[in-house]
Amino acid sequence: MAWIFTSDRPIYLQVQEKIKLSIVSGEYPPGWKMPAVRDLALEAAVNPNTVQKALSELEREGFVYTQRTSGRYITEDDMVIKQAKNELATELVRSFLGKMAAIGFSPAEAALLIGDKAKEVDGNGDTGM
Amino acid sequence: MAILECKGLTKKYGKKEALRQIDLQVEPGRIVGLLGPNGSGKSTLLKICTGLLTPTKGAAHIDGRKPDSKTKAIVSYLPEVPYLNDWMKVSDIVAFFRDFYSDFNLTKALDMLRNLSIENQVLKTLSKGTKEKVQLVLVMAREAKLYLLDEPIGGVDPAARDYILNTIIRNYNPEASVVLSTHLITDIEQVLDDVIFLKEGEIVLDCPVDELRESKGMSVDAYFREVFKC
Repeated sequence: MAWIFTSDRPIYLQVQEKIKLSIVSGEYPPGWKMPAVRDLALEAAVNPNTVQKALSELEREGFVYTQRTSGRYITEDDMVIKQAKNELATELVRSFLGKMAAIGFSPAEAALLIGDKAKEVDGNGDTGM
Repeated sequence: MAILECKGLTKKYGKKEALRQIDLQVEPGRIVGLLGPNGSGKSTLLKICTGLLTPTKGAAHIDGRKPDSKTKAIVSYLPEVPYLNDWMKVSDIVAFFRDFYSDFNLTKALDMLRNLSIENQVLKTLSKGTKEKVQLVLVMAREAKLYLLDEPIGGVDPAARDYILNTIIRNYNPEASVVLSTHLITDIEQVLDDVIFLKEGEIVLDCPVDELRESKGMSVDAYFREVFKC
């Protein structure tokens, strides 16, 4: 299925983020050989030049590297992946706190609520096993 | 060097100016959307590039030459109206194209037609959407340097549109360029490198898609609606 893009931002940025997410989530594991640009373009249903641009950006940021003759691979540097994971998590929390503030919750109240919810989920997890 | 270059291109039909002072360049490896409402000059521009029409003033150059038999050999054109003989079988038309164009890639054509499983059908019996797919496959199966597609996604359903966009991406070649005209932007936006907006025969915008999205914070489609609001 084609990837879904929002209309207000450059497409290459969104392709870049989507691939980054796949790396962080482990869907694209470290050292994995990436599909060819054209295949990625077909999968995402976007222009191959857009994919190329996204990959160049990812390469610049150290998420992927090119082996001159054999193609493009996901980085095996744990630090890069870990850092990206933290950045992503921070971004999610920030956006969550923003939404909570909009419905009148202070960050502390939001944190409290998260604590309660986390216990519940953990509890369910224990009994469910 | 640009594959397509227009300089001061003007076309008059009698007193009516269909194109006015068009300057543009298309570099190799780009997929360019020629966008504009009906009657803005899209088809006229493409027809001049193919050599079907001659400009009133100015010129279009394909790979450095004015349209002639040499440029026709490297330009693959999909007109907006069907031109294939509809009493022919699909397999006959494929053979016809193979005979006619030395750059026709038979394997590629058969490969793309396979999913449609219509080889032995007569063109007349095919639906409008399927006919359009067949025409596009024939045009894209040539190893041309410039593909000029006039309204390739005109009257087809969303699934057929996906097939057509897929065909364009699949045949992407860094040495060749695609210029396609349309007024259905939403579906095609993410496949384009650059967009050119034509309004009443003049270029009002010529820029990369992502640049437009970045600077305007909206999709090309949304921006198009703003520019051409009536």
